Amino acid sequence: MATMTLLQAINDGLRLEMGRDDRVVVLGEDVGLNGGVFRATQGLFEEFGGDRVMDTPLAESGIIGTAIGMALYGLVPVPEIQFSDFIYPAFDQIVSEAAKMRYRSGGEFTVPMTIRTPIGGGIRGGHYHSQSPEAYFAHTPGLKVVVPSTPEDAKGLLLASIRDPDPVLFMEPKAIYRNTKGEVPEGDFTVPLGKARIVREGTDATLVAWGAMVPVAEKAAEACAGDGVSVEVLDVRSIIPLDEETILESVKKTGRAVVVYEAPKSCGFGAEISAVIAEKAIEYLEGPIARVAGFDTPFPYTLEHMYLPDDGRVRQAIKDLMEF
Amino acid sequence: MTSEMLQVIAEDGAPSHTEAPELSRDQLRTIYRTMLATRELDERGLKLQRQGRIGFYLSSKGQEAAHIGSAFALNPEDWVFQSYRDPGILLLRGITFEEMLHQCYGNAKDNTRGRQMPVHYSFKKVNCNSISSPIGTQIVQAVGAAMAAKIRKDPIVAMTYFGDGGTSSNDFHTGMNFAGVYASPCVFVCENNGWAISCPVDGQTASTTMAAKAEAYGMPGVRVDGNDVLAVYRAAKEAVDRARAGKGPTLLELVTFRMGAHSSSDDDSRYRSEEMMELWGRKDPLARFRQFLVRGGFWEEGEDEELRQSVQSELQAAIEAAEKEGPPPLSSMFDDVFEERTATLEEQWDALRQAYEQGSVSGANVGEFPL
Ligand SMILES: Cc1ncc(C[n+]2csc(CCOP(=O)(O)OP(=O)(O)O)c2C)c(N)n1
Ligand SMILES: [Mg+2]
Repeated sequence: MATMTLLQAINDGLRLEMGRDDRVVVLGEDVGLNGGVFRATQGLFEEFGGDRVMDTPLAESGIIGTAIGMALYGLVPVPEIQFSDFIYPAFDQIVSEAAKMRYRSGGEFTVPMTIRTPIGGGIRGGHYHSQSPEAYFAHTPGLKVVVPSTPEDAKGLLLASIRDPDPVLFMEPKAIYRNTKGEVPEGDFTVPLGKARIVREGTDATLVAWGAMVPVAEKAAEACAGDGVSVEVLDVRSIIPLDEETILESVKKTGRAVVVYEAPKSCGFGAEISAVIAEKAIEYLEGPIARVAGFDTPFPYTLEHMYLPDDGRVRQAIKDLMEF
Repeated sequence: MTSEMLQVIAEDGAPSHTEAPELSRDQLRTIYRTMLATRELDERGLKLQRQGRIGFYLSSKGQEAAHIGSAFALNPEDWVFQSYRDPGILLLRGITFEEMLHQCYGNAKDNTRGRQMPVHYSFKKVNCNSISSPIGTQIVQAVGAAMAAKIRKDPIVAMTYFGDGGTSSNDFHTGMNFAGVYASPCVFVCENNGWAISCPVDGQTASTTMAAKAEAYGMPGVRVDGNDVLAVYRAAKEAVDRARAGKGPTLLELVTFRMGAHSSSDDDSRYRSEEMMELWGRKDPLARFRQFLVRGGFWEEGEDEELRQSVQSELQAAIEAAEKEGPPPLSSMFDDVFEERTATLEEQWDALRQAYEQGSVSGANVGEFPL
């Protein structure tokens, strides 16, 4: 075991996989000599050279389009989109091409590619360095969507994603890149996609979260414990495929569900989770399913701290639910 | 990139091979004052960020000649679609330090209501666009505005600014193509400062020059010494006159250098050498223009100090004014999503207000911007 930040764990995972499998290549803006603007790819260029760690021109459709071509040819590309806010020029390549390749070719062609991209707010980045666009991609059949929240998961899920035979969008919660530290197994291991993690057990209510909202949910759960309410916290970890079983089991046990996410509330992925709970466990519920989320506005700059869900708002949602 | 460049003022301030444009003494002095004011604003802006008084800053140091010289060729009614590294255009068009600093502080007097990161200005009153972070997006919009002016038969030109990195964006190529097809009165200004964050220009394109790209889209491309404000003005004036006369678009490549880091969050010593910084330091566009002005009797050395002091005290007053203001009101977060709030937005605002009044909003931890 080694103590690492989430960012170091990602770097460690990339290095390990590039060493293990020479088909793995990294490409993106500033990923080479500069080691990525967040330093996620630091040292890889020096270790593996310019054929495997490529600084690209400034064109996201070019990054993803060429990565798809590399994958079709037999490489295992791990392209980086510098901020998920800049992924949209590549939307067509991701949604129309990568995600549909296997299906439209009857399984002839596949795209084993893992797109890494930072998501979320908390860094005073305004509209274009703060968005959480997971729902756009979760709505695309053929694409897996993964969001780690701990260093161990970041490495294990990244390795599982790179080895996955299908395209994976690996979204990294940048707010907790450096301030989350944890024990990470050294060497090779994977955390399977499609398995949620029970962060904390509880009996009165279930908090479902992912990414940077997991520590917020944990903090709220701690506060609720002080209020005499026992809260279970789930980290979804993989949005697609979704571990419905773990969510439903927990909600059936607690009878109350609150989903916490940063993206605008309407049509965010929390809507899907709420629908699954309503469809499959409504008879177990003691009150309405609640969502604590971002607002249906573009991500603001000055008022960011009021936009992002925080432990106070989550705690209030649980209180309201307990009093329902 | 070795091809010839237009140059009016040589690096030592002496006349070079291109003929000087016709500009009056007042005009020359206005350009210089604006360049100096821009430099002061940028230096102060970076300091404010270092002191933790604003969250982010991005400087145009070294590119004053490029963006100010080109914008000076426009009429005030012409439209500008700029990028984040062109603050001098706003100063040239009469925007005050105070207006700009309110934006950098994202305070209640920010005309964009604290919605964007610092330096992402929006000043419709002087026909300057709302600046966007995603690279290249303004380029096609400028072409559209130029098309509209042409449809309306208005004698208006649109000028759009982008970096060397911006030429790799889809929107650059699409914009150039549309402008060529519709012969729209648009001037494309590529400020080739050699770098896109850490990516040098030879990692961006295999073209010998950025200007060469114009040919493929059926328009002239002109390569200019971007640190020579008179060469820039001259080339821009020709392009603007051409566009206004209905002869279509032009691509200008202004060869310049980003004299500082990409932004307050970048450390450029990771990827650029001291020698390179020194080499370009000697080509400083401000020093060069000052030498030219002094040589021609348009400016006296001593005037610099006087101007600098008056600019600095103006800046100081603007900062004090900006720091007096609080944040925009909480409810403003829900405005301007649409012209009118939807019922859903009203409901969300109600819920936030109640939570806030009850004291159940703690305000998440918001950290530093890393780029
Ligand atoms: C579409 C998009 N991708 C990535 C970024 C991140 N980014 C911000 S500035 C920049 C480099 C831009 O270089 P250039 O166009 O040369 O302009 P300069 O900063 O040198 O003025 C990058 C990659 C972005 N803002 N937009
Ligand atoms: Mg540049």
